[in-house]
Amino acid sequence: MEYILIIISAVFINNVVLAQFLGICPFLGVSNKVETALGMTGAVTFVIVLATMVTYLVQTYVLDKLGIAFMQTITFILVIAALVQMVEIILKKVSKSLYQALGIFLPLITTNCAVLGVAILVIKKDYNLIQGVVFGASTAIGFGLALVILAGIREQLELADIPKGMKGVPISLIIAGILAMAFMGFTGIVK
Amino acid sequence: MNQINVLTKGFIKENPILVLVLGTCPTLATTSSSMNGMGMGIATTFVLVGSNVVISMLADLIPDKVRIPAFVVIIASFVTIVDLLMQAYVPGLYDKLGIFIPLIVVNCIVLGRAEAFASKNSVFSSMLDGLGMGLGFTMALGVLGAFREIVGSGSIFGFKFIPGDGILIFILAPGAFIALGYLIALINKIKKA
Repeated sequence: MEYILIIISAVFINNVVLAQFLGICPFLGVSNKVETALGMTGAVTFVIVLATMVTYLVQTYVLDKLGIAFMQTITFILVIAALVQMVEIILKKVSKSLYQALGIFLPLITTNCAVLGVAILVIKKDYNLIQGVVFGASTAIGFGLALVILAGIREQLELADIPKGMKGVPISLIIAGILAMAFMGFTGIVK
Repeated sequence: MNQINVLTKGFIKENPILVLVLGTCPTLATTSSSMNGMGMGIATTFVLVGSNVVISMLADLIPDKVRIPAFVVIIASFVTIVDLLMQAYVPGLYDKLGIFIPLIVVNCIVLGRAEAFASKNSVFSSMLDGLGMGLGFTMALGVLGAFREIVGSGSIFGFKFIPGDGILIFILAPGAFIALGYLIALINKIKKA
């Protein structure tokens, strides 16, 4: 039950993009086509789940043990950067097709604040390892959901007649605002 | 490029948020009031100036292949300094900005300036560049925060001057997206005219 609450809360109510404002850059950057949006979601899910696990272990067994919790920011960003690099190298060797599908998105993920954000939130919320991983995975699903919805709308928008100054980023932001309003309707499902 | 140009280009012409559209996450998240927006802007400016100065000093020493990780470590050190300072001296603001203070590390503006400017220019002009970009960022955040606070709750810097509740949606998440969307559209319009 507790896990279901975490999942629903992270996917719908506190949606990572639309309510918490994490990962806006890729949200605006790769939401032109549904296909690329799905690719990005795959890569992000993979990295977030891995990163939550590793950063959680680093925090509990290294930083807290040694009493150097103030090194959190530096350590986490390095762990994430190393992880992304590693995933890229492994994918290249193991699965060429998956690498081609996700490859271009991987370097972008290091600077995706959703990854570092989730890693820090897991520590802040005092989750245990399993809760943290569930939270990370559902956050990534929430990210994907918002990304795919926006990409779908933007594909349709190509045909619409938009004022010149509104094209591109501004109209995407306004659509995101309307989506965020829609997602606010989920507030109150769980506390 | 003369020094004044380096300083002022971040204000309007290459404003990191409104023109380059970098660092949108903290922009949207921390502008629910003008005070929060400015606080975030100043914290980011400090990191920008510090990291730009140190990176321009070390640029020749850092091997090209590991420059991005090296830059990230330098930036993360400054973020940790800001984090601890704010926790000690402005705990109220620190609580409100919360997770977005450590997230300055992944703010694209900071790494972007390190890579595009500080690694190739002198210490002094890197400092000016960081300061200019930081002030441009702070200004955009201040304007957006002020707008959302005025429309959303009828007050500015916590001082209430319009009685009543205001349009609540502008303080909540959707208002952030919509306000920034229109602000960028406005800048686009001005630039073309």
